[in-house]
Amino acid sequence: MRVELQVNGRRAEVDVEPRCTLLDCLRDTLGLEGTHAGCEHGVCGACTILVDGEPARSCLMLAVQADGHELTTIEGLSLGPGELSVLQDAFCETHGLQCGYCTPGMILAAHALLARTPQPTRADIVEAISGNLCRCTGYGQIVEAIALAAERLRSANIKTGET
Amino acid sequence: MGEVASFKYVSRKRRVREDRRFVSGQATYVGDVTPPGTRHAAVLTSPYASARIVKIDASEALAMPGVDAVVEGRELAAATDPLLIGVDAPLVKRYPLAVGRARYAGEWVAAVVAETRALAEDAREKIRVAYEELPFVLDAEAAYQPSSVPVHPEHGSNVLLDRPFVWGEVDATFAAAPHKLAYRVKWGRSATVPIETFGVVASWDPWREMLDVWASIQMPKFADQIARALRMPMNQVRVHQDVDVGGSYGVKRGIKHTVLAGFLSRKLGAPVKLIEDRLENMRGGDMHGPERTFDVELAFDGTGLVHAMRMRAIDNVGAYAGRSPLQLGKPVGAIVGPYRIEAVAYHAIAVTSNKTPQEAVRGFGQAPTNYAIETGLDRVAETLALDRLEVRRRNFIRADEFPYLIPSGTTYDSGDYHAVVAKTVKHVDWDALVAERDKLRAGGHLAGVGVASCLEPSGANSSFEPLLNPKNTTTTWMESCRIMVDALGAVTLTIHTTSAGQGHETLAATAAGEALDIDPDRMRVVRATSLESLPSNSPVGSRMAIMLGGAAYRAGQKLRDKLVAIAAHQWGMPAAQLHYRNGGAEDPATGRALEWPDLILIAHRHYHLMPPDMEPGLAVSHVLQVPTGGGLPSPDGRIQMYPCFSFEFHVVLVSIDPEIGRPHIHRYVVGHDCGTVINPDIVRGMTLGGIAHGLGAALLEEFAFDGEGQLLTQSFMDYLLPSAHEVPEVEIVHHVTPSPHTVFGQKGSGESGYLGAPAAISSAINDAVRPLGIRFEALPIRISAIGDAIARAKGLP
Repeated sequence: MRVELQVNGRRAEVDVEPRCTLLDCLRDTLGLEGTHAGCEHGVCGACTILVDGEPARSCLMLAVQADGHELTTIEGLSLGPGELSVLQDAFCETHGLQCGYCTPGMILAAHALLARTPQPTRADIVEAISGNLCRCTGYGQIVEAIALAAERLRSANIKTGET
Repeated sequence: MGEVASFKYVSRKRRVREDRRFVSGQATYVGDVTPPGTRHAAVLTSPYASARIVKIDASEALAMPGVDAVVEGRELAAATDPLLIGVDAPLVKRYPLAVGRARYAGEWVAAVVAETRALAEDAREKIRVAYEELPFVLDAEAAYQPSSVPVHPEHGSNVLLDRPFVWGEVDATFAAAPHKLAYRVKWGRSATVPIETFGVVASWDPWREMLDVWASIQMPKFADQIARALRMPMNQVRVHQDVDVGGSYGVKRGIKHTVLAGFLSRKLGAPVKLIEDRLENMRGGDMHGPERTFDVELAFDGTGLVHAMRMRAIDNVGAYAGRSPLQLGKPVGAIVGPYRIEAVAYHAIAVTSNKTPQEAVRGFGQAPTNYAIETGLDRVAETLALDRLEVRRRNFIRADEFPYLIPSGTTYDSGDYHAVVAKTVKHVDWDALVAERDKLRAGGHLAGVGVASCLEPSGANSSFEPLLNPKNTTTTWMESCRIMVDALGAVTLTIHTTSAGQGHETLAATAAGEALDIDPDRMRVVRATSLESLPSNSPVGSRMAIMLGGAAYRAGQKLRDKLVAIAAHQWGMPAAQLHYRNGGAEDPATGRALEWPDLILIAHRHYHLMPPDMEPGLAVSHVLQVPTGGGLPSPDGRIQMYPCFSFEFHVVLVSIDPEIGRPHIHRYVVGHDCGTVINPDIVRGMTLGGIAHGLGAALLEEFAFDGEGQLLTQSFMDYLLPSAHEVPEVEIVHHVTPSPHTVFGQKGSGESGYLGAPAAISSAINDAVRPLGIRFEALPIRISAIGDAIARAKGLP
């Protein structure tokens, strides 16, 4: 089936089998391999992307269901080649990751949080990432990264989504 | 103490250089490697715990368009050698696919290769296998009986290892002791369960006669094992070690995956990619961890001093051996924990059963052993009505007793356990914590404080191999680093292993930067393929800070010495009279100096200015032997296991909802001493992650099987990993006791947190339910188990 996707601000027309998951389509057809397969049954969150700005499990969606929706993957967050967003940079600053496998999904979940809640509490942050499993960090430095990004965005008066 | 007195880069807050590629989605995991022409494999698994494979009919699958091949065990076994196992049990043969007989539910029976993974899965559904079910055994004690059904009839029994050790006057000490106690604890079968499953791409090039391998692995002697199994010279196997590994913590061994993919690639003449899905991973990834029952007896006096211990540990390693029985060996090197127990009898038993095989899991058997020991210390305190902290303090090895030889032959390097505990207790405000517990109790909750103190043996050697396998006389477990300075003066380090998030590139650069007095951020770090690698053994057993850090520093030293020698030659003076700083050499007597560019120019272009007999260019390498390593065990099984011993002390406050049994962690504090910290953020992350992992093992995670040998917890909806909701904020109290065996005084920290958290959480839960007369003696302590026990204690139905 032919599907028209909006991915990271660009239009992409793809021809996919009806049974193809959005995850497989992003990775195998569009080459956006920053989105990862973890459990493929909607628990771990490694495949998290943003669909119309909201976190979604790309392993639980079919590619054809994404027709006409705005999709954001981790590749869409960097400001330019080699240039990190404030949130990505905050993850580097606190070392909010180790193996990096859950990180794109984690960052996208955090990105969505900061877009709607510029001043999140610790509980807000925990809630926002509670659907994303990380096996390396115990979450401590991830929570710190998100809090740090929120603080930096506030002090720079930048709204998430603008950069 | 470490030989470097002060640091410019070590122990400083420095960003982890690897992180940029991960936060931008630009890492390269094996799933991202797809050479042109790649075909995709899926595996068909046994539905039975034990069955004879009567017939495999793949004709319908093979007739499907896009399907390349279906391979079963007999074909594979005819062309390959069995996978290596750790213990001496040559008839416990293991191939990637079952040969004639399936020994656990989930075992790979056949592999399908097709144009896409989806097609391979479709074709898998069309394979017809006729099975004849056979008797099976699931329980370790049952499997240990001579009358048991053997999982491997050729081997004659299920016993892979049955070794009693006695170190010191155990019986006499027990006979003389005024107090004794005995208890049994069980460590449930869990694992590290990385978010990325195993995966491999193998690509055989018949024209170059080369098998290229990209794999998600953390496996010592990986290329070696592939070459042996595939009956190839090792220089025809090229493992690409620059693949990012999406978590491992021990389990990513992947040898059966790689041998299968390599075989398929050679058969088809095309690259073959095999990425497990989660079900394949949970059932047949062969990555379950220890399932161990401990029977422990302690002999102690009226002051709580433990003088002798008897420990019997029986581990259910599943259907095949792998390296897992060796996980009973490593704890020998810290069998008394941080305590001055004078005599120990240790009986290590590993048996096969019709369950999924085990692999190495974070700590390599040390976390279960620590749980068993710590339970004992709590019991001693309870028996004598003494304070749990005080009992530990009395038993701790004192700071002035190091180096300290334990009964099983290992000498602990250094430590100050009393200081760490004192600092931690002060940070916690112990009395306030106990008051908070009591307040919770007064409010109708069950509440408890848990403590645990334990060691993290680090700097992995493989001394458990000769200890448990007399045919294995390995006495080195080296690690290497190469440094090259190019003609323009830029520095490139080569490391020789894959990494799974440990920050080895940052580690190596920091250590080399310290030696060369050059900003580590200006150095590049690359990973050699296995063919280009110096001898190395991968990041296991909390070894890389010690081993890679040590090798990088030593290589840096050699480079520095070479630069100084070049400068000395220009001035016709002894090198010993010069100072090295900032990459240049200075004559302190005259103030004259040759800077980095001057020395690089000479080394790369001006051979006529080089000292005689010095090799031109600037390339140095260092292969580091494990400090204190090199010995074989004594006949009674005494051996120096690992060189360095980190210490951790956990304090936890838990409350339990008295109605549903749900525990809640109110406070978690850990005192941690891993010697000199090289990168504070990395060590902190490992410790926090280890505690989260330990929380999972203590409360949530278990590979549970039903009576037919079917894995019940095979998805993330049943096998529960801790989320951000379950993991508390953890406070770390930092202490540094440098190791005398390492360049910076560093010790290992890759297993920190995990080694003590399960014991501490168990201690807290048991403190909470003690008023009800309940005791939990098995992990995990699930909500359901707590709820049921409370209901029983209250006489509810």
